[in-house]
Amino acid sequence: MKIAIILISLGILGFYLMDIFFGIGFGVQHFSNGVKDLYLSNSKDILKVSNVVTSIVVNFRGFDTLGEVTVLFLASTALGGILYKKRHHVGERSVLFPASRIVMSGAKLLFPSIVLLGAYVFIHGHLSPGGGFQGGTIIATGFLLMLLTYRNYSVSHNRLVYFESLAGILFISIGLVGYFSKGSFLENVLPVGNMNDLFSGGVIGIIYIAVGFKVAAELTGIIYTVLHEKD
Amino acid sequence: MEKYLDILNVAIYGSAVLLMLIGLYGALTKKSLIKIVLGLSILDSGVHLLMIAIGYLKDGTAPIFSAGNEEKMSVMVDPIPQALVLTAIVIGFGVTAVAISLVIRLYRHHNTLRIDEIKKLKW
Repeated sequence: MKIAIILISLGILGFYLMDIFFGIGFGVQHFSNGVKDLYLSNSKDILKVSNVVTSIVVNFRGFDTLGEVTVLFLASTALGGILYKKRHHVGERSVLFPASRIVMSGAKLLFPSIVLLGAYVFIHGHLSPGGGFQGGTIIATGFLLMLLTYRNYSVSHNRLVYFESLAGILFISIGLVGYFSKGSFLENVLPVGNMNDLFSGGVIGIIYIAVGFKVAAELTGIIYTVLHEKD
Repeated sequence: MEKYLDILNVAIYGSAVLLMLIGLYGALTKKSLIKIVLGLSILDSGVHLLMIAIGYLKDGTAPIFSAGNEEKMSVMVDPIPQALVLTAIVIGFGVTAVAISLVIRLYRHHNTLRIDEIKKLKW
């Protein structure tokens, strides 16, 4: 009975959603051309950043990204608070079975290249697809691989907090430098350079490197906290 | 009537709406708390797919001015929904992490993950 009610109401919801979106149509220009063209041409002519999504996320809506990073920070802090345990109660890591020798050697071999790939992705965030969040996630997957493979591999929690806070302070201080020299928060203060150069786009590269370190440290902290959860 | 026959309309919007409905169904009917969190995640991805699909332009290219693509501004897809979805994915990750940690906490307290066995969570 309950399931029937749910199915009927989901069906009605789905029908009306589909009706709305069929009316919109796929692959046609829906929004006014102005906003899109403004972002595209400003990114190309003023900022000289080739990846427009990055220039929107970090420069035009940089304050929003600061809020987003804060939400991620709050999530990782809340996770540590909710899963809090007294120090001598911290259990062994919940690895179900020990990894084989092949997995151990392979993980050791792969780990540096995963970290290198992550660093590449967030350093080149303004030139190619990718950026701080994606690169940070890739680095965290490398740490996840090591933590799942080696039973006694451990990450220093203090060092993670240190990286995280340093990256956050770097982000905010770049914003404050923009505020005091140009008059608005997160204003670009560096020369923009040439299109498709590594050193282009002003502060975008520095901010994305900071975001990459911050996301990598936070995700590694979350993974570490959850993996040490054992009753 | 014509609008219901466009194959791309049906495929893209249909799969996005279907993902959203599957997620809602899972969140509403399942008894295991892990499955409810999974349902919310699936609902999230449906919404992301929908937002990306609305920004698409027919025969459009990615909004990246890489070498050789500097003059293709008129055929680029809308970059604003993509930036919004980048934000939404990160927020969705944070929500899922906190929800999973709450589930772990509930399991530690009640020794079960079924919401009908945890009192005061029945409906």
